[in-house]
Order: sequence, then structure tokens, then C-alpha cells
Amino acid sequence: MSAVSQPFAIVYPGWDSDATPATPRNVPVSGGEQSPAATAVQAQFPGAVVRTVVSRGETSLIVDATEIHAMIAWLKDDPTQSYEYLSDITAVEHRDLALAIEVVWHLRSLRFRRFIRLKVLIPKGETLSVPSVWDLYKAADWLERECYDMFGITFTGHPDLRRILLWENYKEGFPLRKDFPLRGRFSRSEQLKNALAANPEARYSMEELSIADAFEELPLDMRRRIASGPKTGE
Amino acid sequence: MGKRTVEVELSTTGMGLDGKPQRVPLFVGGDPAGLAVAAPPAMEPELEGEHMLINIGPQHPATHGVLRLVLEMDGETIVRCIPHVGYLHCGFEKIGEYRQYNQIIPWTDREDYLNSIGNNVAFALGAERLFGIDITPRCTVLRVIAAELSRIASHLVWMGTTCIDIGAFTPFLWGFQERENVYNLLEGWVGARLTTSATRVGGMAADIPDNWLEGLQGFIRTFPKTIDECERMLTKNAIWVGRTVGLGVMAPDEAINHGLSGPLLRASGVAYDVRKDFPYLDYETYDFDVPVGTAGDVYDRFLVRVEEMRQSVRILDQAVKRLPDGPINIDDPRVILPPKHKATNEMESMIHHFKNVMEGPRPPIGECYVAVESPKGEKGYYMVSDGTSKPSRWRIRPPSFVNLSAIPKMVEGHLLSDVIAINASIDIVMGEIDR
Amino acid sequence: MGLSGADFAGHGDATTMVEMDARPGESWVTTKLDFLVNWGRANSLWPMPFGTACCAIEFMASAASKFDLARFGMERMAFSPRQSDVLICAGRVPYKLAPIIRRIWQQMPQPKWAISMGACASTGGMFDNYAVVQGIDTIIPVDVYVPGCPPRPEGLIYGIMMLQKKIMNERNADPRLRDEMQPDPTSKLYIPASRIDELAEPFGNSVHQTRSAP
Repeated sequence: MSAVSQPFAIVYPGWDSDATPATPRNVPVSGGEQSPAATAVQAQFPGAVVRTVVSRGETSLIVDATEIHAMIAWLKDDPTQSYEYLSDITAVEHRDLALAIEVVWHLRSLRFRRFIRLKVLIPKGETLSVPSVWDLYKAADWLERECYDMFGITFTGHPDLRRILLWENYKEGFPLRKDFPLRGRFSRSEQLKNALAANPEARYSMEELSIADAFEELPLDMRRRIASGPKTGE
Repeated sequence: MGKRTVEVELSTTGMGLDGKPQRVPLFVGGDPAGLAVAAPPAMEPELEGEHMLINIGPQHPATHGVLRLVLEMDGETIVRCIPHVGYLHCGFEKIGEYRQYNQIIPWTDREDYLNSIGNNVAFALGAERLFGIDITPRCTVLRVIAAELSRIASHLVWMGTTCIDIGAFTPFLWGFQERENVYNLLEGWVGARLTTSATRVGGMAADIPDNWLEGLQGFIRTFPKTIDECERMLTKNAIWVGRTVGLGVMAPDEAINHGLSGPLLRASGVAYDVRKDFPYLDYETYDFDVPVGTAGDVYDRFLVRVEEMRQSVRILDQAVKRLPDGPINIDDPRVILPPKHKATNEMESMIHHFKNVMEGPRPPIGECYVAVESPKGEKGYYMVSDGTSKPSRWRIRPPSFVNLSAIPKMVEGHLLSDVIAINASIDIVMGEIDR
Repeated sequence: MGLSGADFAGHGDATTMVEMDARPGESWVTTKLDFLVNWGRANSLWPMPFGTACCAIEFMASAASKFDLARFGMERMAFSPRQSDVLICAGRVPYKLAPIIRRIWQQMPQPKWAISMGACASTGGMFDNYAVVQGIDTIIPVDVYVPGCPPRPEGLIYGIMMLQKKIMNERNADPRLRDEMQPDPTSKLYIPASRIDELAEPFGNSVHQTRSAP
């Protein structure tokens, strides 16, 4: 906080990496060498890896949903794997609606300069729920919220899973699902009416107002409007 | 306990007699390092313990776009910060599922609009990896030139807007004047200043015109002088130093855990640069340094970005010298359109042109994630193909989104004006955050 | 009456070449006063830059040294709407932002104008999807539309000069100009949303998605 502080020791990625990094060329579309994490994971969690796919120079492990959290924790903490950087969490719903919805984690090991993709398949009809990795990576905070917002996937264990890109009581659904039409479920005039009807005085959510104890101090009519009217819940 | 010395030249305001900026930090959860300065005596005891909610945004000049920050404040000090994003959510990823790969390129311009041509390059690399094709040597070097010009342009906007937020207006004008030079170059090349759409799958939209390299070399010659001027204005300016040193510190392990990337991470002492660690476009063959800071505060982020501009000029210089002749697009009729004179004269070429425009090139089934070092951080495009000409899923890994999620951690205990400075130092682009 | 295209071919600026023909009920005093007031307003438009996306960067470039908006009296960017004259909506406006731009417009005092800069602000631009307002003129009354994606600074300046022409042609005696139109459910012009859907259905944009290409 003040100007006097210990300078941080510089961390150079790849401190345990054997190869010098080079631009990949002639990357085969399918096939190729598996990442060493794949064999290690299969040894550590026998039976948890449903399938390993090597494509375009990347290894993807398709994993059982019950073991995914333990596996990511092990990949993060084990000194031979050391995937300490969470790059992305996202989900994929294929155009072929019979296929499962995939939840995808992209992990990087800065120590070994490696990259791996982990996936969990959620067949259609099952509850869209996977464990959250927020306890392992703080980066998962907003990434999981966005995944929930766009797909409706619940991340169990996330402290604050609410919509992030759309407003909290967005009624039309989850936009990136394939059954959600491009222009939304409501007509343009309906969407505009809903958007403009958002109560501008309910700028603060009930939670925020109660933090500040300010709710008691608002004028009565405003309090009534906020408590009763549609909230933006932003 | 090491002292951090920063040279200052002018007499100072806002600094105490011990040379430290006057600050009343509020540590949530104790003060382990004993760094807190004693708070001044409360003026009105009955107001103690009441927290205010201050709302910044979503419309506010200093939030670099439509970002809303709700600050819970104890007097002038921030106790908690709750950011709200999504005010620029425009459904990029949804619309990507309805567009061919070459048609998505204009959308990549508009999400991180300060790094348009850099995003074009990133997307084209991802699409080409998905297709399984390699680009020509000339195209490789031109894309490096494009990416570095874009990095310089983005950092110039960052510097300009950060200076305005902290109160200095002049570097904004200088920065934008240099941006006009970059715009002239880009306009000469692809026809557009800002939203360039310069790349295509397998090559570029157009080759550089004659005499373009002379213009670029002129820019390489004159631009470092502008950086020098801006540095003379800011780096040792006591006001600037006093406003930026010690703010928003992120420790390296925290920064890695939060998924930070780009200059934000490098200022915290982690030398992760995608160009060095997971290279693309032959970056390992260029001779450049990656600036790394050791204090993790706003001042270090400023120094890192200024130095990155200098390194970008270095890369541009090398790229210009090594630019090979040759074709710019690969010779693959499945992805590349035939030359216009053939398409208008030969039936076969016309059909080929028609198919590629109406239906679009189709990659093999599968997925691919390619990340580049954008000026904001690790920018990745994850594309899933189902064999048709439109991706089944197009995911943008937004560096600013993940960087911004760390802002509650960074602003705790700081003052309100520091929030603006810290927010500026993260270098966010709402188009990328909200997509 | 007013200004034709030929007058504007490089002779002086938009605000000096207006011919103010008197309308019935006006005298030379009121025309001169109108001219003075309009000249003052047009040459000191304080913009409220409601910049959201890429157009905001081109707006900043217009304000910077090369295309200098200060020569139009517009260097004082009013970021508080209560101190501004013209709202320049630069960039796309999603539905989450729609109530905010409506609020900002309501907070601006009269006389006020609006410039919709860019394709996204004018019509929704390339974002014809669930998230983006298809033109801010569905939310606020717009005076000038500046097309482009993003418009060049010269384009924006052309739009500003067009607004200046419009202002020079105003009459202070005309009450309709400063009318704060509020939606009035009892008015005969008010059409409820369901009826709008019925009317708009043949043109697409309805929930049935009748447009050909997605």
C-alpha cells in the first residue's frame, strides 16, 4: 500500500521446461503426441478419463464429472504438473442437438510451458451442473458467472453465481444455447419495453442497499417503488 | 525490508516529509506487514462506522467505457468494490455461430477496438490452425508488423486516457497525434483507420501498397522521439509518481491465481508473454525484450507499457528488414478467393469464387484454441467446428474481463481517486469484456 | 428559405450563410434575435460524449489535434449531462444500457440535440441480435445520423455542421422544438407493443424471425 515494499522476485515462465518454445508449424489436424499430463492423469485417476483427443497440437481430456474437481486440483498442485494458471472456462453446445453440452477448462502450466484442455460432457436432459473451481483459481469467479449467464450451467461451490453480462432477471433465457434464437425470444418492441421499464431508481440491488444501511434513509415513495417495482438487479 | 527508490525531479505536492505519499490505508482483516499509517482523528464521531455507497458509471468518462463500479466507502477509503459489467454486451459469440469464418473477421475488429488489426491476426491464426494450414512467409512478417503497430496504437490510447484520468491532458494529444500516423499507415494498407478487417483465413485482405514500407520506416524513426517526450513529461514527474506509486499492488502468486495477463501480470513480476512462452508468427526469431516490473503497482504498469512500445518499435524495425517477397495468400483454392481478373473471365474461377463467398471455406471437424499477446494480455480464440462453414462455437478469451475481475482486490483500502488510477492501469476495453 | 446545397460549397461556414426569410408574424427584430441566439448555440455546442465502443475512439480522434473539434466550440466535453447541449451517442447501445441513455437524455436541459454517430447507434449496425438496441432513435429523438463504422472524423464533423445548419434554421418562437416528448398512453399516437408486433411482422424483427438469413 505504501511506497516502501519489498520488490517481488521475478518469475520467468518455463523454469522447469526442457524445450525452447517455437512457433508451431505443420500442426496436424488430428493425431500427434499426447501431453505428458494425459498419461499422468490417467495414472493418478484411473477410469476418470473417458477419452483423450489430440488435435491441432493440443491435448483434450474428456473427464467424468464426479472427478473433475479433484483432477483439476491435482493438476494445479502436483509439482510435476503445476497447472497454476487458469486460462479460460467455457461451454460448447453443438449444432447437432443430440450431442452433449461440454464444459471446457483451459489450463496452462507456466512452469513447464504446457497447455491442456479438460472437458466434462453433460448429456442433454441431465441437470447442467458442474463443480466450481473458484476455490482453486480466483480467475474462475467471473468466468463461471459468464458461463452461467450464457448457458445456464450451475457451478456448485461458486460464492456468487449470478448473471454478469445480462441483467439479473433477464427473462428470455440463456443466449448461447442453440434453442435461443439469434434475435431473442421477444419481439423488438417487447425487448425495448422491458429494457426501458427497468426501474432507474433501483440502481442498487437490495443486497447493496442493505450493506450500506441506506435503505432506511431513502424517501418512502422510493423505498416502496424499489421494493415493489421490477428491479434491474444489475 | 527493501526500499523502492523512484527518482523524482520536481518539488512535490501530496508527499509527506518522509517521501511517502500521504495515504490512510484501511486493511481488511488486519495489517500483517504493519504498513498502515495511523488514521487522522475522526472529525465527527457520530459518523463513524457508516459506510456510503458510491456509484461510478456506467456513463462516466473515467471508466474507459461503460463500466459500473459500486464502491462501499468508509469516508474516503474504499472498503469494498463491486464492479458491474455487461453494459456493452452485444452478443458477439452468438452471432459468430451464424457467420462464416471470413465473415467473423469484422466482428473481431469491434470487440477490442483498440487492437483491431491485432485481433484480426489472432483470429486468422486460430482459424488457420483449425483448418490445418500454414501461411506464407511474407504473410507471417506482415502480420507481425500489423500486430506490433496495433500494440503501439493501443498503448497510446491507454497512455492518453490514463493521463487524462490522473489529470494530465497533454500526453493524450501527443498520443493521438501518433495514432494518426498509425492510422495513415493502416488506411494506406487496408483502407480503414480503426476497424481494419485486414486478415483473411489463409492470408491477408490485401498486400501492402508500394512505398508503404517507407512510410513505416519514417514512423519507426520518429515515434521513439514521441515516447521520449511523453516519458520526459511523466516518468520522473513527482505528481505522476505520487499519484501512481504503491497503488493497486498485486503479488505475483495472486496475479497468477487471478488469471491476470499482459502488462498487468508483468508489472507484478511474472514474465509471462505469450510471444515468448507460446510463440506464434516466428516471434522467437525476433530479438526483443519483455519488460517486467517488480512492484506490481500502477507506476510499474505504466513503465512496462511504455517500454513495450519501445520494444514494439524494435520488432517493427527487424520485421521491415526481413520482409520477404512472395505471395501473401496461400495457394489453396478451398480457402482463398481467385484473383479478380480470373474470376471475371474464367468460368471455373467464377464458380470457385462463388462457392467461397456464398458458402465459405469449411474446416475439418474439431476445435482449436489459439492465444496471442494482445496489448491487454492473453487473447485467445477458441473455435469449434462441426465441418460446416460456420463455427459451432466461437469463444473469445477476453484478457480485460479476467483482469478486471481482480479490481475488487486491487482497490481495497485505497482512496476514491486511486480507484480511477487503478482502473485506468488495468487497461480495459469494455467491448472485449462484454462482447 | 434556408440553406441549399449550393450555398454551402466552400464559402464561409454553415452558420454565416443562412438566409433568414421572415415568416408570417415575424419582424426584423425577431429574425435578428433568432440569428443571434442560434449563432451562439450552434457555435458553442457542448457535447455529451456518450461513447460506448469504437466510435468513441474516432470521436476522441476528432477531438484530438488533427481534426480538432475545438474550432467548432466543442472542446469542452461535458461529461455531466446537465451541462451539455448535444448528446453524441458514439457506439452500440445494448438493451442493458438503454434505460441509462434515456435517463441521460432526460437529464439534459433544453435546448438539446442528439447526434447518433455510427451505424450501431443509428440502426443497430452489424449487431442484429438479442442484445443490441436497433437504433437509439427508438429511445431518444435524434437530430442527425452519422453513418459509418466507425465514421471518419471528417464524417462526424460533417454531421456536426449539419446540426449547426439545423440549429441556424430554428425559430425561438416555435414551441414544438423544445417539446419534451414523453410517451403518453392516452394519446392517439401511442401504439402498444403487441400492436407494433402485428404491424411489424411482415418486415421481420418479430418473434417469428421471418427474415431469410439469420
